[in-house]
Amino acid sequence: MIQIQLKHVDMSFHGRPVFQDINLEIAKGEVMVIIGPSGSGKSTILRLIIGLLKPTAGEIWINGEEISGYNEERMNVIRRHMGMVFQYSALFDSMSVGENVAFGLRQHTKHTEEEIASIVRRKLRMVGLTGQENAMPNELSGGQKKRVSLARAIAVNPTIVLYDEPTAGLDPIMSNTIDRLITSTRRRLGNTGVVVTHHMASAFEIADRIAMLYEGRIIETGTVQEIRNSTNPIVQQFIYGRKKSGTMTERGLDQL
Amino acid sequence: MLVALLESFGRRALQLFETAGQIVILFVQTLQQMRHLNIRHAIVQMSHLGVDSLPIVLLTVLFTGMVLTVQTAHEFIKYGAQSSVGGVVAIAMGRELSPVLSGVVVAGRVGAAITAEIGSMKVTEQIDALRVMATDPVAYLVAPRLVACVFMVPVLVVFADAIGVVGGYLVATLYAGIGSFTYINSIKVFAVVNDITGGLVKSMFFGGIIAIVGCYKGLTTASGAAGVGRATTESVVLSIILIFISNYFLSLVLYR
Repeated sequence: MIQIQLKHVDMSFHGRPVFQDINLEIAKGEVMVIIGPSGSGKSTILRLIIGLLKPTAGEIWINGEEISGYNEERMNVIRRHMGMVFQYSALFDSMSVGENVAFGLRQHTKHTEEEIASIVRRKLRMVGLTGQENAMPNELSGGQKKRVSLARAIAVNPTIVLYDEPTAGLDPIMSNTIDRLITSTRRRLGNTGVVVTHHMASAFEIADRIAMLYEGRIIETGTVQEIRNSTNPIVQQFIYGRKKSGTMTERGLDQL
Repeated sequence: MLVALLESFGRRALQLFETAGQIVILFVQTLQQMRHLNIRHAIVQMSHLGVDSLPIVLLTVLFTGMVLTVQTAHEFIKYGAQSSVGGVVAIAMGRELSPVLSGVVVAGRVGAAITAEIGSMKVTEQIDALRVMATDPVAYLVAPRLVACVFMVPVLVVFADAIGVVGGYLVATLYAGIGSFTYINSIKVFAVVNDITGGLVKSMFFGGIIAIVGCYKGLTTASGAAGVGRATTESVVLSIILIFISNYFLSLVLYR
């Protein structure tokens, strides 16, 4: 069953097009990884899906509802079933780790404080941060912040989780930990995942399917194996980081 | 040359009207979101924005009451009108000096703090994180601050009125040689309740200006640390200008 669908989506900022005619279908329970050079508009796709941005043209369907015309109030109903992990974590720095994770529960559920404390404890255990409820975000490392951000995103058991560059700026070991967390979260919650990254190792590790965005278009979509075996020279160059004969333009290389 | 100059003026004028319009829109949106007001947050803000501002407001107004008495007592005694000093100080403090000076001090302290806090939340994607978690930033951030400022600035002004008159009393009796009874009696003869209540009504408007301008500048902060600094300065400057302008018109209406 298709849970997220982008149909002929155009997006431009101040008249400058970011991408055109994007079509993407993401099935319920699958992890879709969107890869592409920096500045190609990968994060913009996530922001469109969760309604932080409105497309210039086209339709965005979430669970059978076309959301591109929704106002904030209607969008908030949809968002209660979604979570997002931000590139720089975006933890509320005036709140403790526990309060960050509890935020969505306090805002939108009728759980008692004891129930909330128990859920927070469980979610922090899932991301390997047992007992860190009272720490403040500025006391945490980058990797810990990412994990708190993930715990916060999954606190309300969302059916869709969006990850914006979850491993950017982390060392390889921590990147691998985050990758495994994304996979284990999906296994436990059965949620749909959309991950934006330019780390190919991560993409291959976690993806069910991969879509490659390049110069404002999705140039290839397929399973990990299909992407690995793709004959598209740009995809090949992006995966292996080297130029094969007659491939990327100079502009493309600059973007990388 | 002339055309360029006119264009530049035109552009500035348009920007000014656009800002004014957006501030009014934010105000209306905040009123609409009042039904979602979190009373606990409003009380926290009242303590943070109101109570913590009391010492600096009192200090400012104490010395203003004292200097006003130094200046008036000399001149009034020359013309044998020492029995008017207390009344003049009380009316000046109640109608104009306490509300305006408290407004300016609160704009500098609280307006700047609101903009810096919300602005840094904006540039670190915390505002987006609120929206993603189905929480309206206007309801969550702006509404409690507006309520806190509108209620707490008048409270500050009540204390400011009292301390200003006390400052005047000290100078009148200890420095200018005016009798204690003369000073107090003069207040009873000249000042009426409207001198106080008018000032309190004004200060509610000033509180509203400080909160809405502070939040608006925070929510529209451009990226980066420099953006937060610029927004904070603009917030204080705009609040103070609006306080002075609105004070004139409020005086016209309240003290015809």
